[in-house]
Amino acid sequence: MPRKDKRQSQSNSLLRKALDLVARYALMVLVVLLLFGLILLISGKDPIQSYKDIFSATLGSSYGFSEVIVAMTPILITALAVALPSRTGLINVGGEGQLYMGACLATWGAITFGSLPAWVLLPLMLLLGTLGGALWAFIPGYLKSLGLVNETITTLLLNSVAPKIVAFFVFGFWHSPMDTNKTPNFSSAARLPTFFNSRIDLSFFFALALLAAFWYVMKYSRWGLEMRAIGGNPQAAKRNGIPLNRYWVIIMCIGGVIAGLAGMAQVSGYYGVLLVNFSRGLGFMGFLVSWLSFGDPLGILVTSFVVSIIVTGGNLLQLTSGIPYAVINILLAFTLFVVLARPVFFKRKEA
Amino acid sequence: MSLLAILGVISSAIFSGTSLLYTTLGETIHQRSGIVNLGLEGIMLISASAGFGITVMTGSPYLGVLVATITGGLVNMILGFLVVTRRANQLASGLALMFFGFGLSALIGKPFVGAKINALPRISLPGISNLPILYASLFEFDILIYLVIPMAFLIWWLLFRTRWGLGLRAVGENADTAFASGRNPFLIRYQALFLGGMLAGLGAAHLSIAYTMNWSEYMTAGRGFIAVALVIFSKWHPLRAIVGALLFSGAVAFQLLLQSSGVQVSPFLLDTIPYILTLLVLMAWGGTRRHAAPASLGRVYQGGQQ
Amino acid sequence: MDNSQALSPTTGESAAAAEPLVALRGITKTFPNVVANDKVDLDIYNAEIHALLGENGAGKSTLMKILYGFYRADAGLILHRGEPYAIRSPQDARAIHIGMVFQDLNLIPALSVAENIALFLPDLPAILKAKEIAARISEISKRYNLQVDPHALVSHLSIGEQQKVEILKLLLSDARLLILDEPTRVLAPHEVDALFSVLNRLREDGYAIILITHKMKEVLACADRITVLRKGRVAGSLLRSEAYENALVELMFAKKIPALQVSHKAQHAQAGKPLLELRSVGTRGEGAETSLKDIDLQIYPGEIVGVAGVSGNGQKELGDLVLGMTDCTSGVKLLNGEDMTHLSIQQVRKGGVVFIPENPLAMASVPYMSVLENFSLTNIWRYARHAGLSMDWQSAKIDAQSTLANLGFDVPLYVPAKALSGGNMQRMVIAREMSHQPRLIVASYLTRGLDVQSTLSARKALLQARDEGAGVLLISEDLEELFQLSDRLIVLYQGKIVGTCTPAGTDVYEIGHLMTGSEVNYAPQG
Repeated sequence: MPRKDKRQSQSNSLLRKALDLVARYALMVLVVLLLFGLILLISGKDPIQSYKDIFSATLGSSYGFSEVIVAMTPILITALAVALPSRTGLINVGGEGQLYMGACLATWGAITFGSLPAWVLLPLMLLLGTLGGALWAFIPGYLKSLGLVNETITTLLLNSVAPKIVAFFVFGFWHSPMDTNKTPNFSSAARLPTFFNSRIDLSFFFALALLAAFWYVMKYSRWGLEMRAIGGNPQAAKRNGIPLNRYWVIIMCIGGVIAGLAGMAQVSGYYGVLLVNFSRGLGFMGFLVSWLSFGDPLGILVTSFVVSIIVTGGNLLQLTSGIPYAVINILLAFTLFVVLARPVFFKRKEA
Repeated sequence: MSLLAILGVISSAIFSGTSLLYTTLGETIHQRSGIVNLGLEGIMLISASAGFGITVMTGSPYLGVLVATITGGLVNMILGFLVVTRRANQLASGLALMFFGFGLSALIGKPFVGAKINALPRISLPGISNLPILYASLFEFDILIYLVIPMAFLIWWLLFRTRWGLGLRAVGENADTAFASGRNPFLIRYQALFLGGMLAGLGAAHLSIAYTMNWSEYMTAGRGFIAVALVIFSKWHPLRAIVGALLFSGAVAFQLLLQSSGVQVSPFLLDTIPYILTLLVLMAWGGTRRHAAPASLGRVYQGGQQ
Repeated sequence: MDNSQALSPTTGESAAAAEPLVALRGITKTFPNVVANDKVDLDIYNAEIHALLGENGAGKSTLMKILYGFYRADAGLILHRGEPYAIRSPQDARAIHIGMVFQDLNLIPALSVAENIALFLPDLPAILKAKEIAARISEISKRYNLQVDPHALVSHLSIGEQQKVEILKLLLSDARLLILDEPTRVLAPHEVDALFSVLNRLREDGYAIILITHKMKEVLACADRITVLRKGRVAGSLLRSEAYENALVELMFAKKIPALQVSHKAQHAQAGKPLLELRSVGTRGEGAETSLKDIDLQIYPGEIVGVAGVSGNGQKELGDLVLGMTDCTSGVKLLNGEDMTHLSIQQVRKGGVVFIPENPLAMASVPYMSVLENFSLTNIWRYARHAGLSMDWQSAKIDAQSTLANLGFDVPLYVPAKALSGGNMQRMVIAREMSHQPRLIVASYLTRGLDVQSTLSARKALLQARDEGAGVLLISEDLEELFQLSDRLIVLYQGKIVGTCTPAGTDVYEIGHLMTGSEVNYAPQG
């Protein structure tokens, strides 16, 4: 086949593939919207109006859009905390717990050193937050490397322990005089700066930086190659001299570092206080986003954006229609069901 | 620490452990067929809310239990569709089901928050009612509690002494071999999920209709995940699950006892004891346990025909 | 082995009745890259042992899997007693009393013998009756000399015993046509004799038996009828009386295979430092693995040391031990004279040790990564630049291409590894391991599952390396291969070295007896 024709047919098939992908995504979105619309109908709400409201509140205004970014940032970060270990075959369902521990340690920093200037305090809190998350992830990673317990189970169990430790500290030592459920507001030096006249804070840029770093490392670096080998065939990696256990422990800790960062960002940026039970399943959300995108950086970006539209919309629904916030979980679940039910479209690399 | 207090702990352990045991038995069946079900939390919530709602509306706790049980089996069919027919990843599918449960149960349960019900009546065995009332009242159990241990034995018998159980265990070990023996691994897994889902629904029913006698969002508080850990803890054996469930709920009750006897420890820290205990035990048994798992646990079965 | 009985179709309802029990007509089956079966005809008679002969990849297994319902043919017909019968699943096959023993035995290790057999019983009651099942097993196993303990867990049985269980399984589920896929692969020579006597007994009782094999000698020893497959087609079908070795070879291979020229090193004074030395090394095997006990071994540059043993007696563990996958719980491991007992695999490899595993796809390559990426896995540290931030793929490509050229292999570099055929996969792994002048090569079941071409090139590569001064530890189940290639032979049995010799000074039967732990009271022939 002459060169020129070959190139043409290659780009034709690329175009076809792209169109195919778009068509499938569009179909999925349609199915999900229909299913959830049904739920809204049953609850006595007008689906069309609800969807219109959600759209105008999220994508229809620049403030709404910024709110979507604000919601997207922690999801993006927790997704990365899952995606990185997943490339080596580790299943980190412990983002929730690592998040809490990061927030916990960062809060201690904010309270103890609240009088320090921001340029000292914030990096300190960052360090503490990542340390908290790393610690919480080290335990499952280490146990896995010893071959004792599966990291899925350990992370799940530790998820239940972390919020209670946070509650212990808040109730016991840190709570504000008026409300035992939360700490007093952080000093302004302990708050992450915001941008664009919105609530978007520094953590958004962290998230983008982490995403870019993740993409680069996996694709070009030696560690990315070794990680992909471990994820693709651990036995082969081991036989070729790649140190499995060392990677598992370190990568798990890095996952914890990232999740801890998300936790710190939540208390320092978003909330400005440490609230007992502040996370509504953020860690699990990150897990699902990572899984939906098969750990692919671009996919994570897109998926966390879509999910945050849903979440932000859910907040709105609760306020205007009196539907319990928990119901937004149904929309999330439907999205997941639809994607999970079509593996034949999405079976790409199985890292 | 008086005798009364100790008996109180035991009684409390039995009460709270019953729903956990039912669910663990259900998950044992799932895992023996090769499926890890992380969606138990969601199944339990939906069943609990549905059963509670029916009880409020009809006034009959028995009907509520029945509805909860069947609901559990039916909801689990979603997992079946995803994991067995569409061959999706088990963990992600289970978590999706969990989120579904959060949402659907909130919707179903909303009208019933705070409602009072006719709970399952509590009966005491003949000898017990002769004891002084303080002691006797600790051991007045509802029928689901009386049935839970026989149920464990029934499940054991089902798995190890029947043809169906042999086929199920074969599917969990090696679905290709089960297929070669003329069985249909897909069908068997669906059956396992239905039966296991019903047991989880039964556990949920006990939680809302018999034990706490109310409904609130997220009321299962992680029991679904604990069940998954307990199945491993009990080496996938229904009878050992009894020990596991008792131990776990005993630890929960124990920390209440510590609180009441004036031990000055934060309730939150005490709350973590059961989880840490489970983790420690899993660690201690970790080395030997690895080879006891059903060989195909978590693996997707692609089908035998080419 | 007495051949006289096999010469004429005698007992039962065989050729005299002239109608085959089962017949295949025009069976065709294609997979994505290959035509596995091409219009194959086959006649199976009662009271006959029918050998399906052909080299690896000729289509024998596929054909039988179609007969057993595991695959569905793209075209063709199956006839049962002259009437067409559709086999769409193993259930259909079992309904007409066909049973199959697969190469990788189809037993469930975690269940007991009785449970495994019960799983396949057609009339199993809904409530299991353990005693009844055990009694039925005893009855049949006594009749055909297939004794096993019904309550033992399959994971605790040896491979030979597991095979007995498989056969019992077929017999108890009323199979009348038994298909055995390469049953002797894992047996020692006298265990093979025992198996054949069982098959003879079964044939006398009227069973039809199909024996899939690539070993000529077995075919000549026990078959009544022989069908030779070559590249998916029937090359020929003969009665035993018409068959002799040369004729069969010609049918199996279209062209003559040049014999491998092997020059053995004479019994050299083992001068210089040994590349590998194991002193009283022991390991602790986990679960189904064998523990090695008290291993003493030296390998010098320029020699091939062959390791013989029945699968499961420690060969795999020995290979893993040298590489460092398994830890020494006692003893000392020296590489190039230095103590490397507890070093990591990475360090062992840096010392010049390479490893060619028996199942390259599962054990040594990452399926979805490209061939070039797989190639670099062993030597990542050579190609990492900027402290690991980037990889020098240009150099990797040059190295890969030159190694492949040296070995005469032709493997595409930019396809995902899983797209390679079995032969190419093995070639890739061999090339990768040989790419930087290895000093010690551990080759584990080098040619298992390979076709003739690939087998030849693999063995040639090994000899080339040896001639260039490398030492080789060759672990193999193929006694012929071991005899052909090794300078020295050791035999492993239950984790211990039970014999050391040279190929010239011994024969297959002596080695076979050592392999199964019996006393060598058997005079080597010739």
